[in-house]
Amino acid sequence: MTAVLGDNLVTIVDGVAFGVLLFTIAVGLSLVFGIMDVLNLAHGALYLVGAYLADQFAGDGQAGIGGFLVAGLAATVVGAAAGAGLAVMTRPLARRGHLDQALLTLGVALIVGDLLSARFGNDVQSVPPPRFLAGSVSLAGRDYPSYRLAVIVAGLLLAVIVYLLVERSRVGALVRATVADAPMVRAMGVDTGRLVMAVFAFGVMLACLGGVLGAPVLGAYPGLDERVLILGLVVVVLGGLGSVGGAFLGAMVIGQVEVLGVSLLPQYASFLVFGTMALVLLARPAGILGRAGKLG
Amino acid sequence: MRRVAAGAALGLLAVVPLLVSSNVADMLSRVLAFALLALGLDLLAGIGGLPSLGQAAPFGVGAYTAALLAKHATTVAPLQLLAATAAGAALSAAVGWLLVRSRGTYFLMLTLAVGEIVHELADRWEGVTGGTNGLAGIPAITLVPGGAPVRLAGVRYWYVLAAVLVCGAALVTVSRSAFGRTLRGVRDNEERMRSLGYRTFLPKYAVFCIAGAAAGAGGALWVARARFVSPADLGFEVSAMALLAVVIGGRGSLWGAALGAAVVVLVREELSPQLGGRGPLVLGLVFVAAVYLLPRGFAGTRLRWPSSPGDHPGGPPDPAGRRGTAAT
Repeated sequence: MTAVLGDNLVTIVDGVAFGVLLFTIAVGLSLVFGIMDVLNLAHGALYLVGAYLADQFAGDGQAGIGGFLVAGLAATVVGAAAGAGLAVMTRPLARRGHLDQALLTLGVALIVGDLLSARFGNDVQSVPPPRFLAGSVSLAGRDYPSYRLAVIVAGLLLAVIVYLLVERSRVGALVRATVADAPMVRAMGVDTGRLVMAVFAFGVMLACLGGVLGAPVLGAYPGLDERVLILGLVVVVLGGLGSVGGAFLGAMVIGQVEVLGVSLLPQYASFLVFGTMALVLLARPAGILGRAGKLG
Repeated sequence: MRRVAAGAALGLLAVVPLLVSSNVADMLSRVLAFALLALGLDLLAGIGGLPSLGQAAPFGVGAYTAALLAKHATTVAPLQLLAATAAGAALSAAVGWLLVRSRGTYFLMLTLAVGEIVHELADRWEGVTGGTNGLAGIPAITLVPGGAPVRLAGVRYWYVLAAVLVCGAALVTVSRSAFGRTLRGVRDNEERMRSLGYRTFLPKYAVFCIAGAAAGAGGALWVARARFVSPADLGFEVSAMALLAVVIGGRGSLWGAALGAAVVVLVREELSPQLGGRGPLVLGLVFVAAVYLLPRGFAGTRLRWPSSPGDHPGGPPDPAGRRGTAAT
């Protein structure tokens, strides 16, 4: 009985760890989409940049926590700069419709992905966790990697920060108002351009940080960018666009489905993920917490 | 003028195998097969207003259908083509029921997800698809039952050209029909079409299936030349390339999409090996350049023609990002 409990508990905790990583991707995608209707297809590539930054600064396992802090700092700077850059690049296309903006980010994603594989090669780079988190702790009688628990703590902390920023701060209120009715916010004298750039920078920075955080769990390899982008999109669709709570809920659901699926039905794991999405869409076309108005 | 140009282009395409080496004929076969995928996507995205990032899925399903038929059932190419067309349409019919209820960026996301799941399926379903290794050793096509296998690149090219012309003509007919006009109406203002009494779901669903059929046919023609198919043939990059072909060709212009397909395939397959195999990098740069420099694609970038004062090269972009209302 305890063995069954132990197995399931480990899988569930794994799912939570994967879920908080997905949240770092999805929340940026969701906010950028919500506030400016831009589908940022370069989001996964920026996650991968973060993962390779972790590989660069902490890949040899000798650097300890310091390497991760440096990588995290670099990811913050690189992510924010890349996000601001993407905001600047997509703005001239705003009048031409959403497809052009999505295509631009798709081009950027291809370029970044290819440059990364040119620099780091095509092999899977596994990044060891910092030394003091390299061991395992006992969880319902099982050994569980302590780094994953640290990921959960760090991810939940990020989620709380994002929630407070978006749902409880003045800037967050402006962001939510822009999601709801951008022309009205502009009419009230708020520079939505700067707001949009800030949200873009913040969202991409989160994806980049997620890459650093996730590197010891998922590694870093060409193709990971696509995988996390797709899962992030599924999370966003599932949770509802432009909603922090929706992104969190969706990430938790997909985290569980993906990890449970891989452990129970490895052949059908991705079908379970997309099946879940299809079911939710059939029942609630705008996502769990989404509003139908953003569908168009 | 237009007819003369089209006739000259067709004549040139028809005599190509007599003029060039078999390598060039093979490459043009690839361009034509890919162009059919792009034509279908243009009907869907440019005329139907449904930009899909998952057209590699029906393309790949068609390719695998043709490959499996060739290996296990028949080498008769037209039969493979028909089956692949039906398979592409069937896949689109199955997923489109849900997908076409969404619009714009949301549709883009969902088609991307579907493309990914089909890619995953090709990767995992080893008993049928050969897994990551793909299906190799596909026998050469025959044109009629019991006929000799086609091994000459030029003859194969003629078959591909004929098939693409037939399917392309069908797509042009669709785009010029009353159905095509309904589609443009739905693209430009779905609410108004609805209030005029049209059921907008059905035309969107139909064009999604037609685009899937064209993609499936393109997949069969692709395999007829390559005689190999792997999960890479239905990867995200193929979907992205198809959309790029439509964008640089000019959305809503079918001949533009065919031209765009030629450019994309040539850049990807001919130029990038010379640049050290950095295909995605080149593709990404072309994407960024096309978005900024060719907002209306080839078809919308007109030279100033004295007899048609209505055309203004580099004129102001249309509001709401809608372009390319010309039929072909």
